[in-house]
Amino acid sequence: MSIRVGQAAEAPPFQKAALPLLDDTQLRKNVRHATNVITRKRAAVVGEQHDWQQLRASASAIKEHTLRHLDRYLEQFEKNCTAAGGHVHWAADADEANRIILDLIQQQGGKEIIKVKTMTSDEISLNPALEAAGIHPHETDLADMIIQLGRDKPSHIVVPALHKNRQQVREIFMREMGLNELGDRPEDLTTAARNYLREKFLRVKIGFSGANYLIAETGGVCVVESEGNGRMCLTLPETLITIAGIEKVIPTFRDLEVFLQLLPRSATGERMNPYNSLWTGVHKGEGPQNFHVILLDNGRTRILSDQESRQTLRCIRCGACQNACPVYRQTSGLAYGSIYAGPIGAILTPQLFDMQHAQTLPYASSLCGACYEVCPVKINIPEVLIHLRGRVVREQQSSANLEAIGMKVMSRIFSSRRTFESAQRLGRLGQWPFVSEGWVKHLPGMLGNWTEVRDLRPMPAQTFRTWWKNRQKQKLKLEDSPGTQVSQKPGLKENHHA
Amino acid sequence: MPDTTNTREAILHRIRTANADAPSSDYALIERAYQQSASMDRAEILKTFADRLHEYDAHVTEATQQTVPAAIAEVLRRNHQHSAIVADGFPPSSLPEGVHWQQESELNTAEGAISGCEVAIAHTGTIIIKGSRRITLLPERLLCVVYASQVVETVPEAFARLQPLAAEPLTFISGPSATADIEMTRIRGVHGPRFLDVILLQD
Repeated sequence: MSIRVGQAAEAPPFQKAALPLLDDTQLRKNVRHATNVITRKRAAVVGEQHDWQQLRASASAIKEHTLRHLDRYLEQFEKNCTAAGGHVHWAADADEANRIILDLIQQQGGKEIIKVKTMTSDEISLNPALEAAGIHPHETDLADMIIQLGRDKPSHIVVPALHKNRQQVREIFMREMGLNELGDRPEDLTTAARNYLREKFLRVKIGFSGANYLIAETGGVCVVESEGNGRMCLTLPETLITIAGIEKVIPTFRDLEVFLQLLPRSATGERMNPYNSLWTGVHKGEGPQNFHVILLDNGRTRILSDQESRQTLRCIRCGACQNACPVYRQTSGLAYGSIYAGPIGAILTPQLFDMQHAQTLPYASSLCGACYEVCPVKINIPEVLIHLRGRVVREQQSSANLEAIGMKVMSRIFSSRRTFESAQRLGRLGQWPFVSEGWVKHLPGMLGNWTEVRDLRPMPAQTFRTWWKNRQKQKLKLEDSPGTQVSQKPGLKENHHA
Repeated sequence: MPDTTNTREAILHRIRTANADAPSSDYALIERAYQQSASMDRAEILKTFADRLHEYDAHVTEATQQTVPAAIAEVLRRNHQHSAIVADGFPPSSLPEGVHWQQESELNTAEGAISGCEVAIAHTGTIIIKGSRRITLLPERLLCVVYASQVVETVPEAFARLQPLAAEPLTFISGPSATADIEMTRIRGVHGPRFLDVILLQD
């Protein structure tokens, strides 16, 4: 099986990718502005929803129940969707999904498709696969269009182009749409997008979408959006192809009453997003008459088998954890090297890869817990991050690298008083080349990473334990000669280490 | 077409293996302590609905069964519309005279669409329409006639009413088409209707 998550397997480590982004002041300004606006709007509409915690509890319980009975609900979805005239396909990995999609498009003789925003299609790298086969995918979500026309990478789950400001968007549109004149007000840019896409909506015969929810009870699909590009792609073409991760299934139609209250408030800070579309298979005289759903695994069943981190699969892709994360807010999503960025990306991406790639992502967090607090399905992201850090460390321990050897030596030293005290004596003797003006500022080798951003006090002339031992000896001596008193407090100027 | 039967079995097998230790849990026992019924009186519910629509930049007009043709005519006049396309099943008796009613074949040039709805939600300012997906999407303007009796307070009440229509094509509309993709500035009217008019009918 070949698991793919966009180009995340080839991405540089987080720490390395983050550095140049931290120097990009324009990008940081754009990200700060966007995340501040969404965070503020979210807080207002979540604050007025007095049963928010009850909704969260039900949502996480529904997802947990569904995941533990996932086989049953997927089969039920398949049966009902098929009975309603849809076709259900299963894909083990990205390549298989792309092959199925390509075959379906070629069967219709299609040369172009119109796409609704779908993260899952970015996960499987659908667009490059289609382009290689001479099929042109038109992204129709405004932000996705900005990314596609600007040959850029998405940096947020919900607002993929939030790192671009209006002037940058204007430049991309003028160049790529061949416009001589274009204002830079968001209204002007939106109108340009409307005009550019209208003809494509009316002409292209194949639509492509993701899914927010697959409804087992009815075999129906629900797509949540704002602009109406989704409705265009879901309604006007003759053929509709939908891809969904297997974790997107929910048991009943009624469950939407929970998720449709949580998702818009969490994602965009709206009471309800402008459009939700629901359809079930094929409706006579209404919308596409040829409908296919692809159910994608691509590493998800492996996550399901991990008890500690299975909760990752509850995610409804609202992006609230990204907006809340103090790390994401500084680096933007681009530092994560994955289409799934921010806290959820830091746990989802490496797990999809079975920890074979993206191993630095679980460290891209201060474990402050802001992500858990805002998560509408109560994924305890900090807990999963720590669990995954453990997996990374255990994997490194089994290989003979310097850090692992160093840790083994340390554990030997710390396990007996005698070796510990000898190491202290050795350290006191060996530290002098690194001490300047009473501080250790540079350490050699791997320890240098630590002193790069911190100074360290040198080891003191005597430890607390030696001081205590000497004091006791002295006390005994003095008790033999009455009339003298012993100071009860150790000298404050001395720096004692136990 | 690649043979995905084996893939299907393989995925289901992996799921069953992963869930081998899963305790059986009953869907019916999932706790639902969130609000499921109305907490406001009818007048408050209708006021909330209108307020939410205003916040979405929708225009709200009140009317009665007798005045609805006049109300529709008034909205069309205000919008400088001489024609409109009407959703299937919309009662002809509610339509005013002197307007050119367009066919679905004229959809791309229609000035606006008129439709009823199934249910509306006050809490979120949402109107739910069954079918008529193309005509409520392509024109610049959408006029929706909502009976007061169709307005519920909460999202769960709406889903309870929609249950018989669960497998129908449904569209939830909350205000005109909008985006905030550029600098998080909310802009009305991207691909769907730019303007939403609602006539709230006392019945």
